[in-house]
Amino acid sequence: MNDTTLPHIVKGGIGASPKRVEDRRFLSGRGHYTDDINRPGQTYAVFKRSDVAHGVIRSIDTSAARAMPGVVAIFTGDDIAKAGIGGVPCGWQIHSKDGSPMVEPPHPVLAQGKVRYVGDAVAMVIAETVDQAKDAAEALVIDIDPLPAVSNMIAATAEGAALVHDDAKGNVCFDWHIGDKDAVDAAFAKAHKVATIDLVNNRLVPNPIEPRAAIGDFDQSTGEHTLYTTSQNPHVIRLLMGAFVLQIPEHKLRVVAPDVGGGFGAKIFHYIEEAAVTWAAAQVNRPVKWTCERSESFITDAHGRDHITHAELALAEDGAFLGLRVKTMANLGAYLSTFAPSVPTYLSATLLAGVYTTPAIYSEVKAIFTNTVPVDAYRGAGRPETTFLLERLVDVAAKTMGMDRVAIRRRNFIPADAYPYQTPVALQYDSGNHEATLARCMELADWSGFEARRAESAKRGKLRGIGMSTYLEACGIAPSAVAGALGARAGLYEVANVKVHPTGSVTLYTGTHSHGQGHETTFAQLVADQLGVPFEQVEIVHGDTSKIPFGMGTYGSRSLAVGGSAIVKAVDKIIAKSKKIAAHLMEASVDDIEFKDGKFTVAGTDKSKAFGEIALTAYVPHNYPHEELEPGLDETAFYDPKNFTFPGGCHICEVEVDPDTGVVNLLNFTAVDDIGRVINPMIVHGQVHGGVAQGIGQALLEHAVYDETGQLLSGSLMDYTMPRADNLVNIHVGTESTMCTHNPLGAKGVGEVGAIGSPPAVINAVVDALRDYGVTHIDMPATPQKIWSIINAATPRMAAE
Amino acid sequence: MYDFNYQKPAAIDDAVKALGSDPEAKALAGGMTFIPVLKQRLAKPSTVVDLAGLGLSGIRREGNALVIKAMTTHREVANSKDVADAIPALAHLASHIGDRQVRYRGTMGGSLANNDPSACYPSAVLALGATIRTTRREIAADDYFQGMFTTALEPDELIVEVSFPIPEKAAYEKFPNPASRYAMVGVFVAKTAGGVRLAVTGAGNNGVFRHTAMEQALSASFSPDAIRDVKTPEGDMNSDIHASAAYRAHLVGVMARRAVAACG
Ligand SMILES: Cc1cc2nc3c(=O)[nH]c(=O)nc-3n(C[C@H](O)[C@H](O)[C@H](O)COP(=O)(O)OP(=O)(O)OC[C@H]3O[C@@H](n4cnc5c(N)ncnc54)[C@H](O)[C@@H]3O)c2cc1C
Repeated sequence: MNDTTLPHIVKGGIGASPKRVEDRRFLSGRGHYTDDINRPGQTYAVFKRSDVAHGVIRSIDTSAARAMPGVVAIFTGDDIAKAGIGGVPCGWQIHSKDGSPMVEPPHPVLAQGKVRYVGDAVAMVIAETVDQAKDAAEALVIDIDPLPAVSNMIAATAEGAALVHDDAKGNVCFDWHIGDKDAVDAAFAKAHKVATIDLVNNRLVPNPIEPRAAIGDFDQSTGEHTLYTTSQNPHVIRLLMGAFVLQIPEHKLRVVAPDVGGGFGAKIFHYIEEAAVTWAAAQVNRPVKWTCERSESFITDAHGRDHITHAELALAEDGAFLGLRVKTMANLGAYLSTFAPSVPTYLSATLLAGVYTTPAIYSEVKAIFTNTVPVDAYRGAGRPETTFLLERLVDVAAKTMGMDRVAIRRRNFIPADAYPYQTPVALQYDSGNHEATLARCMELADWSGFEARRAESAKRGKLRGIGMSTYLEACGIAPSAVAGALGARAGLYEVANVKVHPTGSVTLYTGTHSHGQGHETTFAQLVADQLGVPFEQVEIVHGDTSKIPFGMGTYGSRSLAVGGSAIVKAVDKIIAKSKKIAAHLMEASVDDIEFKDGKFTVAGTDKSKAFGEIALTAYVPHNYPHEELEPGLDETAFYDPKNFTFPGGCHICEVEVDPDTGVVNLLNFTAVDDIGRVINPMIVHGQVHGGVAQGIGQALLEHAVYDETGQLLSGSLMDYTMPRADNLVNIHVGTESTMCTHNPLGAKGVGEVGAIGSPPAVINAVVDALRDYGVTHIDMPATPQKIWSIINAATPRMAAE
Repeated sequence: MYDFNYQKPAAIDDAVKALGSDPEAKALAGGMTFIPVLKQRLAKPSTVVDLAGLGLSGIRREGNALVIKAMTTHREVANSKDVADAIPALAHLASHIGDRQVRYRGTMGGSLANNDPSACYPSAVLALGATIRTTRREIAADDYFQGMFTTALEPDELIVEVSFPIPEKAAYEKFPNPASRYAMVGVFVAKTAGGVRLAVTGAGNNGVFRHTAMEQALSASFSPDAIRDVKTPEGDMNSDIHASAAYRAHLVGVMARRAVAACG
């Protein structure tokens, strides 16, 4: 099925591409971000951070600093401990193979006893100005005894390695597994051939344009705390911080996440700075504002990825995949960030079937503490890691078998008629058509014309390569019962409150949060479509716990699939109630009332009432069925998903390598994705463009590099290579959708597909370009230096041949 | 940043005086290097002496030389007809420094005074055999650059202008650092009446340098092939997360051949 639209399209409704409503303020500089908020009497916080990766805090002398001009207060870990403030909690618990719970060391708001990474907060200085706070922070006399640091997983798991946390023996947080080991062993026993790969999924720094910021405010008269923060999920922050860290009940704690300038996962988590400013505001009885600087972001925003994996694929003589065995080490950094344990486990290993019918799968994951910034979900969260290993391994398998890369994929695809499909690693996929996305993508990318193009490049002395990835991922997290069974400490439903105003305009309060996704447009289209009201008469409100009943926020591409479904449910309630009002007004039976294009009609008659008339009646109920109905037209729905959703598709990348310099030039990138229902094609394309840009960034450019002492070498934009416009090509995007079968919209999610599908397509293309150099794998990022080293090492041998 | 006094003198003498009377005072040109350093609290000058009021911008022909004043921005050099006519390679170089914002603010004097080992201009100044005219004297390029971030300038000595002899032909080829876009390896080659000069920036572990082996080979035959087998000692190269010494040494050869080819 192609992009489909619901039958009744209203202007700006489903399937249309109105310009993004929010862009008017963003593009004219009128966005309202956390740092734009200033509270009367505000003070400024600066965090003094550890510049060693591991050490014992001997003493912190604050006396000189306290005497500095403008200083309001200075807090250290001792003050936090004395105040009885808890650590920031972890929202997901994993159990090891032996049934024991993961090691869960406390993550204090300010370091206590030890510092564990460069960037660990040692003290909080509050002053009248930022500069005064910085001056005072420099005057702190801090005595830290450095300890040996473990800055990567190899060092952390070596014999006798220093321990990040004393109770995590061998620096292991958990040792988990999934799948059927015996079935996999049996599959390997009868394998015709085995394809193997060892790879690293490179560590990334998220770098949203807007750095994190937080303002704590306290109203002495009411005892109410307010936190303004750069968050993707204000309700989650309220829950975690209120209940676990500061013990503030929900009715006295408001969390506001206004415009947020990009999140990509890094703004999901509950960070220590949020708790620190909220608590401190009540201590100093003045608002406390903290705005992160870019260099501080590099060493405090949760990083992404950082897995080391060994994988083996058992193959039958005809290329059928018989069994998959995977062993991964996942870096967690120095503390458990909010959702860190879920990323390498349930968000990753459960997708090892990919789009293939592999009957037996077994995966082991060891999660490791290191003296580095905590690692957590970053755009794609676990699925890019699995997709990269699977789609690279399939290319290696093709080579091992002497088969064509497309043929081996087709040989193993889950056929379209096999849906719903139960994988051997817990998930049940509801829908998909991998041949459709593959065929369309190959056609758009002119796959069959590639060898001619390669020959043309060769004439110019260049090495051309093409690569694909046929991927599948899981979104719409998640059925609460399932998530709970897997270790989530929260429900993962979503909430919508639809308020119809007396004259028929609508305000939608959503528990999801938009930080670049365009919800103010897409959701307005959805409501306009369902209620038949003009798009312009729908307003979307998000990001404030005092306005929105509840919500779990935006991550895992869940906003439309889960949040949108809650909207549909709430709108359905509005329509159901409206029908009753219409039936009363038109003196008909409610069963005879039909609703279409914003009009209520009595079947078989020419009687009708506009939606606006019904709304007015609900609020001016002079002629109203009071015995049966309450006045007003305002409905709330909670939607708990029935399953994950499973977007997927095919990405094809074409590159040209300059053998003199090792530079990889992107020539073409094509993405054909199956994301279920498309509401706004322009926004969908934009989401794919952005995701692919990040995927290309991971594949070719980005790498967070620590030295062995735990210093971040790529700690600024002068050394960390963010993708820029001239690193990219025009990205061709198509959709080839099957509908999600278990949510009312058929939506699957589009926020992350670009970042998930693209990295292996890029690397498969680079490996293909170097096919004459005997390489089967290149770790990301495929930098010029790395490519040149491969070519340089092979050149004498090739010359000899 | 730390607090500092700010002065914007209108005469060069006043600027020199301000810098000479206070060892903690520092000159400000485009601020593209200096302001980030201030913001990160890596410098604590007592006084910032802004050179913007000294009338130090402009480009002119002086006989067989092109003279560029210290406060001339990269954008002005990139867009100047005089530069394009006389030394197009210099305009090309300037048009590839940083980004648009940096080119609008950054100046030739600031770049040369700073002598960042990966800056572009030093290679042009050295390869073209330019002369740095300061508030005190004239300094030949060969004497001016003294290693990373080090020059012949005294603390209270300002660059006033730079005089570039116009070469027969010249070209600059830059391999940008993927992250910073500064030169990871930049090669400026010039064929002048006095011979071939070839300077390398970004690569050396002691800042910009002349590649005399290549100069000799090119003097014999000005063609890419002439330097194909000329080695660049790895031991003299810089090394970091983006490029090992071996890779840099290799790129010096590639960029040099491309620069020679670009001379036509
Ligand atoms: C993002 C970015 C990218 C960049 N990319 C490149 C690049 O690709 N290639 C490149 O070459 N450069 C690059 N630069 C550096 C840029 O060219 C700067 O303009 C230059 O380094 C400094 O020039 P400025 O005029 O800004 O000097 P300032 O920053 O104002 O001053 C730099 C230093 O020079 C001193 N100084 C300034 N003028 C004089 C003078 N007339 N006499 C004596 N001392 C003086 C100052 O006291 C200070 O110590 C980049 C910079 C940035 C921020």
